[in-house]
Amino acid sequence: MIKKLPSIINKVSPVSAILFVLIIWQLSSATGAVPKFMLPSPLDVVRAFIDDFALLMHHAGTTLMEAFLGLSIGTVFGFLIAVIMDRFPVAYKSFYPVIVLTQTVPTVAIAPLLVLWMGYGILPKITLIVVITFFPIAIGLLEGFRSADQDALNLLKAMGASRMQCFLHIKFPSSLNQFFAGLRISVSYSVVGAVVSEWLGGFSGLGVYMTRVRKSYSFDKMFAVIFFISIISLLLIFGVALLKNAVMPWDRRKKTN
Amino acid sequence: MDRLTTKNITVSYEGTNIIEDISIELKKGEIVCLIGVSGVGKSTLFNVISGLLNPDSGTVQLDGSDIAGKAGNVSYMLQKDLLLPYKTILDNVSLPLVIRGEKKSKAREITARYFEEFGLEGTQNKYPKQLSGGMRQRAALLRTYLFSDQVALLDEPFSALDSITKSNMHKWFLDVMEQIRLSALLITHDIDEAILLSDRIYVMAGKPGRIREEIIIREPKPRAREFVVSDSFMEYKKYILSILE
Repeated sequence: MIKKLPSIINKVSPVSAILFVLIIWQLSSATGAVPKFMLPSPLDVVRAFIDDFALLMHHAGTTLMEAFLGLSIGTVFGFLIAVIMDRFPVAYKSFYPVIVLTQTVPTVAIAPLLVLWMGYGILPKITLIVVITFFPIAIGLLEGFRSADQDALNLLKAMGASRMQCFLHIKFPSSLNQFFAGLRISVSYSVVGAVVSEWLGGFSGLGVYMTRVRKSYSFDKMFAVIFFISIISLLLIFGVALLKNAVMPWDRRKKTN
Repeated sequence: MDRLTTKNITVSYEGTNIIEDISIELKKGEIVCLIGVSGVGKSTLFNVISGLLNPDSGTVQLDGSDIAGKAGNVSYMLQKDLLLPYKTILDNVSLPLVIRGEKKSKAREITARYFEEFGLEGTQNKYPKQLSGGMRQRAALLRTYLFSDQVALLDEPFSALDSITKSNMHKWFLDVMEQIRLSALLITHDIDEAILLSDRIYVMAGKPGRIREEIIIREPKPRAREFVVSDSFMEYKKYILSILE
């Protein structure tokens, strides 16, 4: 009983904090402390979400499809880069700084360029997502490969294992933890990346919807889509956690024991 | 018949010799201990025999063929069990067979047969984390045996265990070795362990490390627990201590 108490408090306190913020928000809006057209109340936001539900789902479909494609390609790309940099130290030395450099360029700055180069179709969106999602995956995997137990690798070598076998039995499984840490970041990046790229042009997607409601000053719908995007990201992060549990059963058992 | 022989092995690192002129032999079914203080080069010699390190000079022969610098012939086991946390005990232990190209299902089937003999029954589908230190070392020894049923190098396999577990493991080890007739070269810095387990002991000392003495333990096997408190045991111990001083 006593042991359960902290875990209940752990769950209750963030929920009550969120509730508190919502109540303050609702009150400040309802009492007219903040003009309604600038800050719609939480209830207005919920109403806007329900009214536009079908439309939001339609746009979400496009955004999720872009995010999924971009993330998939980004993951494969990140994996290849990590494998190559781990296998060839020269590649690591020469390309690591370049890859870090790509991450210092702000997304918002390259997105318009990509549109100019590739048009208003899906291509610039996918490209942008690939560029921002491969990095956490590549770095996670690379760190994982490098953290593999050297004694275990030696043991396998002494058993006569090939480089491929060392990779399959030691390096890859050792990197899974870090891979999933990277994937969790990349998953939320992929949604944000899709939305940002849709701002700059496109025909459907949550970013397009956002641009339209902003232009019509529908702040309630603006808030609705912002929260909707956050919820999608949270669900995806949760999905990654479920996937991790399914893929790494040994890690799960360790915690329950 | 000699299974494993090394002749005049010398290894240097950055110009200074670490071990010098090491010649040892291991006969079939024999347990031989290599004893010496830390840093004397025992593990270096191990790496040479297991093929991970090329000696500057000297030869390593297994059943008459030269294996210096060639991995995959002699199995070894460390103080760290090196069981992979993401594989079940069965998959961990069957790894050497999989590396050799055996199918996973076949490897599991072969491996499962040994679990009872090694006192590991019921652990097949557990993960290493769920086992005690002693059980993990048993699994590690079985993996070593499946890698090579001829010669095993054991580098301080029991030194991380508490003394009660350790003494149980000694008994278990002698029993299992009696059955599987594996030839084992065991590194230790525990003199009692060396006398209890060995047929012969090499005492290594100096800088660079050399073999100072070869001692034959004439106590017949299987050895009773009382051996460790007998007068002959104490005589061996006194003698080894006098060399190491």
